[in-house]
Amino acid sequence: MTGTTPALPLLPGAHLLSVEELGAQHISGLLDLAESYVDLNRQVAKKRDLLRGRTMINLFYESSTRTQSSFELAGKRLGADVMNMSVGQSSVKKGETLIDTAMTLNAMRPDILVIRHADSGAAELLSRKVACSVINAGDGSHEHPSQALLDALTIRRRFGRIEGLTIAICGDILHSRVARSNILLLTKMGAHVRLVAPRTLLPRDIGRLGVEIFNRMEEGLAGADVVMMLRLQLERMTGSFLPSTREFFHLYGLDHKKLALAKPGALVMHPGPMNRGVEIDSAVADDTERSLIQEQVEMGVAVRMAILDALSRQLSNSKGGTP
Amino acid sequence: MMDVAFINARLVDPAAKLDAPGALLVRDGRIADAGPRVFNDGKPAGAQIIDCNGQVLAPGLIDMRVFVGEPGAEHRETIESAGLAAAAGGVTTMVLMPATDPVIDEAALVAFMRNQTCAVNVLPMAALTKGRKGEQMTEMVLLSEAGAIGFTDADRTIADARVMRRALSYAATFDLLVAGHCEEPSLSHGASATEGEIATRLGLSGAPALAETIIVERDLRLVELTGARYHFAQVTTQSAIEAIANAKARGLPVTCGVPATHVALNALDIAGYLTFRKLSPPLRTEDDRRACVEALAAGIIDVIVSSHDPQAPDTKRLPYAQAAAGGVGLETLLPITLEMVHAGHLTMQEAIARLTTAPASILGLSDGAGTLSRGAVADLVCFNPDHAFIVDGDKLRSRAKNTPFDGRKTQGRVMHTWVKGKCVHNAEATG
Repeated sequence: MTGTTPALPLLPGAHLLSVEELGAQHISGLLDLAESYVDLNRQVAKKRDLLRGRTMINLFYESSTRTQSSFELAGKRLGADVMNMSVGQSSVKKGETLIDTAMTLNAMRPDILVIRHADSGAAELLSRKVACSVINAGDGSHEHPSQALLDALTIRRRFGRIEGLTIAICGDILHSRVARSNILLLTKMGAHVRLVAPRTLLPRDIGRLGVEIFNRMEEGLAGADVVMMLRLQLERMTGSFLPSTREFFHLYGLDHKKLALAKPGALVMHPGPMNRGVEIDSAVADDTERSLIQEQVEMGVAVRMAILDALSRQLSNSKGGTP
Repeated sequence: MMDVAFINARLVDPAAKLDAPGALLVRDGRIADAGPRVFNDGKPAGAQIIDCNGQVLAPGLIDMRVFVGEPGAEHRETIESAGLAAAAGGVTTMVLMPATDPVIDEAALVAFMRNQTCAVNVLPMAALTKGRKGEQMTEMVLLSEAGAIGFTDADRTIADARVMRRALSYAATFDLLVAGHCEEPSLSHGASATEGEIATRLGLSGAPALAETIIVERDLRLVELTGARYHFAQVTTQSAIEAIANAKARGLPVTCGVPATHVALNALDIAGYLTFRKLSPPLRTEDDRRACVEALAAGIIDVIVSSHDPQAPDTKRLPYAQAAAGGVGLETLLPITLEMVHAGHLTMQEAIARLTTAPASILGLSDGAGTLSRGAVADLVCFNPDHAFIVDGDKLRSRAKNTPFDGRKTQGRVMHTWVKGKCVHNAEATG
């Protein structure tokens, strides 16, 4: 059921902090493993006991629907005890620092800590302070590795490969951790990655990451196999990056007219949550022929099970988590 | 439409490096032919003949900086009344500033500006930030699609460098033109003159001239960072000119203009608290004025503008510090520019280039605008460069009469002005 155990470890270390640290062999291995969980998740009996006795804590400093519930389900289906730390009800509200919270949780001897935080580097900081495995579920504008893996799985299942595909990532690249993780992953796997955004939403020197930059959808989408839309992160914007969401939709909002510029039958992805009428038109988002958005959510659970599976192979078996 | 033949003209067409006797034929509103040999010195049959009597025939002037009072202050100037003043001054294209009430920061308002009746061509600029408040950039693409020729907060500097950086970056994405006003607001706030001897003697609060240089240098760096197409709307000080000269030498995509007032007047001219000479930016020292003239001759300054800014008695008949800045200038732009030709600083071709080909190129106008080339729209001015006269504010066509040049002895009279092959001003008919 879990597939054959590969010769190489599925992860480079005890944590999953970024795509940056993964090699192509890790990515392929994780995706292969995730395939088996897709099958499992489609059965009535989804439960396994790989993580029985293990404790997993979801520590989410930013609100999240799909990532948090996806990790929770993944953990539960593999038999772990899952605890959700909702920051709104915790000591964080009383001013406790990230590290103090982490040390407190660490003392409870969890095996896996899944963290989302608004600051880039938060997951890595945590990983240096705790004894358990840390999974980065999104840190600031840095990385969101499980999202990139689930996107890759979605693409690979549809096209049978990632190598050689032309993938256009459009919109708010500047604030997007999803974009950074996807750029890293897709280029590692041999895809041609394009970024389409106004210059105000492109980080400096992003071209050095081996991508092609476009300012216009007409040019950026031409011949693309996949159009990956990003959420316009209005809540992260301080000051004026754009004149208005109206103009943004006019220029970059994906509707059927703009989608027609891509390859015939090109597929659409979005990490969610969507701003309908801002970066994506409902007619495209809900077009089951073209939109992979629901499939991405399904792949999310499978990929996170694969990540937990891979991490569990490196967890210490002598005792449950060493503080 | 009947053909129009301009004969016995002194053709001045900087784009063709032409300053020679010749003739020009207009057919269907466009220049069908122009040059020394057209008609072989005869008169074409079946055409209306305009005898230029040896006067200059040049492309119509393009004034890149015109304020109007419409919408919001029509008692000062409407687009239509400004158009009459423009036609009388040989200006066939006005670039309108968005400093109106409401501010031109919505696509529908750009359309409103373009749709007003006007004798000459109207090219509205839209605001760079909403309400010209310097905070949130405008919908530049939608505004540009509605016909905005460029983006500017007119007589306001965007104080926040981050806002300016993002606006330039966004404009660069779509290759849109940004025109900046350069006065560091925290230094110039409340000032009504340039800091120096005159302001001191008059007891007026002054802003240091380097308030301009600081923003010019900031914006040059931001252009370097963002790659935006940037036009310094008015450069009036020696040090700012030096900064721009260096930037141009480094290949930055910047251009700049100077108001006619600042090549003709200096800070001394405000003595007597003449509020009609309270301008934005304020008049500078004689050294600065001379630097502007030299920079025009050297091609560092690309264009001359009128900075036509009509003000009514309610905003000018006040103590100097309280009076509004600005002066009308559409009707004096040409004679004041010609003063530099008469004084030997500029050739006739250079002077006309700063008023025609240079603005056309900065604005990205196509279709031979600003030239006498074949096929170009027949926007033309015929003028007598030597005709001497005294500027009389009361005789201006402009609805507002606040000329800083009232009583000035100058030279150059516009005989007639043509827009799209149609006569919009005739000095002989109107006196």
